[in-house]
Amino acid sequence: MISVSNLSKSFGDFCAVNDISFSVQAGEVLGFLGPNGAGKSTTMKMLTGFLAPTSGSIDVMGISLAQDPVSVQQQIGYLPEGAPSYADMTVEASLRFVAKVRGFRGAELDQRVESVVRRVALEKVLNKRIETLSKGFRRRLGLAQAILHDPKVLVLDEPTDGLDPNQKHQVRELIRNLSQDKIVIVSTHILEEVSAVCSRAMILADGKILFDGTPDALAATSDYHNSVLVKLVGSNESLLQDLSALGCVERVEVLDDGHLKVLSKEKNSILSEVNQVLHRLGCQVEELHVEQGKLDDVFRILTSVVEVG
Amino acid sequence: MTPVKIIFEREFSSYFATPVAYIFIVIFLMLSGVFTFYIGQFFERGQADLSSFFNFIPWLYLVLIPAVSMRLWSEERRSGTIEMLMTLPIATWHIVLGKFLAAWVFVGLALLLTFPLWVTVNYLGSPDNGVILGAYIGAWLMSGGFLAVGSCISAMTKNQIIAFILTLVACFILVVSGFPIVQDSFSGWAPLWLVDGLSNLSFLTHFNAISRGVIDFRDAVYFLVVIATWLYATSLVIEMKKAD
Repeated sequence: MISVSNLSKSFGDFCAVNDISFSVQAGEVLGFLGPNGAGKSTTMKMLTGFLAPTSGSIDVMGISLAQDPVSVQQQIGYLPEGAPSYADMTVEASLRFVAKVRGFRGAELDQRVESVVRRVALEKVLNKRIETLSKGFRRRLGLAQAILHDPKVLVLDEPTDGLDPNQKHQVRELIRNLSQDKIVIVSTHILEEVSAVCSRAMILADGKILFDGTPDALAATSDYHNSVLVKLVGSNESLLQDLSALGCVERVEVLDDGHLKVLSKEKNSILSEVNQVLHRLGCQVEELHVEQGKLDDVFRILTSVVEVG
Repeated sequence: MTPVKIIFEREFSSYFATPVAYIFIVIFLMLSGVFTFYIGQFFERGQADLSSFFNFIPWLYLVLIPAVSMRLWSEERRSGTIEMLMTLPIATWHIVLGKFLAAWVFVGLALLLTFPLWVTVNYLGSPDNGVILGAYIGAWLMSGGFLAVGSCISAMTKNQIIAFILTLVACFILVVSGFPIVQDSFSGWAPLWLVDGLSNLSFLTHFNAISRGVIDFRDAVYFLVVIATWLYATSLVIEMKKAD
């Protein structure tokens, strides 16, 4: 378990992280979301002991990070932003270096390196120098360095940034497979990633926590949560009026391509009510489905409020 | 000591992963040849010793050591690998020490490769090999002092060129403060303690003492204290500036 209390970090006058508190249990995959400069990376740097907080405390598995950073760092695997690694080393040498630092020796070291290489599919580039690798391979090497010792806590700063869709998929699969009994903290600004891998989402902006809950709960804060999208074969003038007149409907938007978007007032399911109206008017429906609300919208609304305020 | 050893091994092999090590060694050996035989007039002096080599080595180090030390931390900070390194479960001073030792042993290796000079002088005459050994030890200790200063300055900047130039200037001051000209310019007016202090701070004073063959315990301790102090300063600077 990680518990963070009243954590702050300032750089001169600039307050990057402003008095945040939260705790994460084993088995949770926590996604840090937020615009650039929100304090995601700074928080991660403090969690991994790279940066000392200006105030506040961090406990990892009951050990105080301030008092015993090395013990905490043994429990953590960390992929820093941009996955930095020594350009003039080969992939194998660099993994063996990390394995040695992590305290593995002899046969166990060989076996650890070998298994992590297989897990992130680095076999092909094992003897290549890191400077010659593509971005995708470098990211995977960074990930390999982070998971090599099978850490209880995994902190990944933008693990899929700059990867192609296949690689993104692989990395997400990897994170999902890892997360059974571990704490995984992932930062991202790709929102689909949150619904894909995270069990909990936290939105940060200007160093504060704006939202903390499940990705579904996050989507539910959208105006478009449980809205119904309707497209008719022809057109029906009275449909718009009749739908708007329903008690459960907030409003109906007409989209450019002729779709009608029916917004739920209480954000609960309104599909059956909408369907009744369609039946009553004898409309021929081409398309009808329920939308959960886009995380992008929620994100924009939540974070832009802060910018205005 | 194990973490220090792991860091040491990685650093030391990284010198040889690029042409840096080979270029350094070749240039170092060429220049020591030039200094000893041409400028130092090894043959013309007609003396069976290596003082024509050891007289020039502080100046050789002055230029070449900053080239080794400049990358110690600047490179880590510029490329961001410092974040990977410092979040591994190793204490900062282990990393500082491991990196320093790798550089020191590397420079020591280059120094050892000047052994043909020793062979030559033994072939031509019968020098006092005790003095030569002392001078070698002194030169290596002095190179440690230069490297420790360079390590600290390298930790201050992401830019290797800046690290190089500042280290060169700092080491220059540390060398010349024991120089007769500097000493003379102070001795007319400054109090004796200041003149002595300056002279005692100088690398040159202590190196010359050792290279005369008198390994005074205090001269060796001087270099070890200089190294320890600058390495301690390095770890403070790293803690302060690592995330900039």
